[in-house]
Amino acid sequence: MGITTIASLGAGLAVLGAGLGIGKIGSAAMDAIARQPEAAGKVQTAMIIAAALVEGVALFGVVVALIA
Amino acid sequence: MKKYVWFLLSLCVLLTFAIPVCAQETETQPQDTAKQIEESSEIAQNIAEPTEVAQPEAVKEEKFDVTSLIMGHIKDSHVWHILDYTKEENGQEVEVPVAIPLPVIVFANGHLDFFMSGAFHHGHEAVTKGDNTYILANDKIYLANDKGGLTFQNGEATEAMEFHESLEYLEANAEAEIANEKPLDFSITKNVASMILVSIILLIVFISFAKAYKKNPGRPKGLQAFLEPIFLYVRDDVIYPNLGEKTDKFLPYLMTVFFFILFNNILGLIPFFPGNANVTGNIAVTMVLAIFTFLMINLNGNKDYWHHTFWMPGVPVFVKPILAVVELMGIIVKPVALMIRLFANISAGHIIILSLVSLIFIFQTIAVAPVSVIFVLFMDCLEMLVAFLQAYIFTMLSAVFISLAVAEHKHE
Repeated sequence: MGITTIASLGAGLAVLGAGLGIGKIGSAAMDAIARQPEAAGKVQTAMIIAAALVEGVALFGVVVALIA
Repeated sequence: MKKYVWFLLSLCVLLTFAIPVCAQETETQPQDTAKQIEESSEIAQNIAEPTEVAQPEAVKEEKFDVTSLIMGHIKDSHVWHILDYTKEENGQEVEVPVAIPLPVIVFANGHLDFFMSGAFHHGHEAVTKGDNTYILANDKIYLANDKGGLTFQNGEATEAMEFHESLEYLEANAEAEIANEKPLDFSITKNVASMILVSIILLIVFISFAKAYKKNPGRPKGLQAFLEPIFLYVRDDVIYPNLGEKTDKFLPYLMTVFFFILFNNILGLIPFFPGNANVTGNIAVTMVLAIFTFLMINLNGNKDYWHHTFWMPGVPVFVKPILAVVELMGIIVKPVALMIRLFANISAGHIIILSLVSLIFIFQTIAVAPVSVIFVLFMDCLEMLVAFLQAYIFTMLSAVFISLAVAEHKHE
């Protein structure tokens, strides 16, 4: 098995974290919209903001992997 | 309504063809072209066939270098490279680069030197102004050593070479570390030129909006009708809920940040001339934006803000110093997070799009093109969303941090 660098593994783990986080945010947003369809607009906005913040943290990991 | 649909459809079709065409820039160094010319002329002599037939063989010999294409886009450069085209010259085909040379302003040994980067001839000539000799290598400007060339670092030892020798060494080992001194570089590089362009666009657009708003306060038309709802949305739903009465004091800064980031992000997504400069994906640019936010937060912090960060009430005395250190780190880390978030999102987007387009050239078949182009269109739409979203997030977080700094606390 040819491991090119551990940095790539680190980047993959960061992406794994991002996927889990945004998945949880999405599922909570779906539940909220299903309960109260009138609030769909606000829920969607909050979801997008939270997703961008989680993605920011995951990209810290990718940046460190790039530097290494 | 129908006219719009046709226009958008034809634009999509045009883009589908424009993306592979624009992605065709290959930076062939003159040595590669020389090799191609040699090979094709050898084969032509042996088989006495026209060079066009020999050319595909020469092309297969060189592998498509994805990494250097992507890094060439992400990094800054002293020349704004537009495209390459092949030209017939003495019966051989030569790649001619079309590029806009940008001014170089360097300061070394007490002299401020100013010249156009065309004098470097894409790195094949050293420029001498007075006492200083400058060499362009790997898109950076170095001061030449005593022999007139570059000094390379091999582990502990350094090897000083003459100019042409050092250029050949660099061709052979692309990873070589250059140990020359660098002058202070104030040049107008591609990123700087793009930022100037965006600033001019911002000034023209918003000054004309302000005038039009004053003159006819009725229903706006055209570009104003497109941007004014965005402006009002950011003001009423992002800034006002956080800042309340103090909105007007910070509105100019926050609006400038929002539209500067938005226009630069969008311009970076356009693959041809006025766009194609990776401004917000450059960590120096985002660092400056984060420093501005840092200054806005801390220069406007009122007494309550400083009191609450360093000597917070409601906590036992022996814990306060520990928390003060944590809060101090927080003051620095929050703008750093803003910087890295914007930089990483935009750079990663550009890298993904370029990699997907490069798939066509790696596999060297046209069959990959439909898949690749559809993926790239999808990623482009996602990147447009990310462009707007990152500008929005940067502005929103700046507004939140500033509101925390200027908040009036009621003490019982």
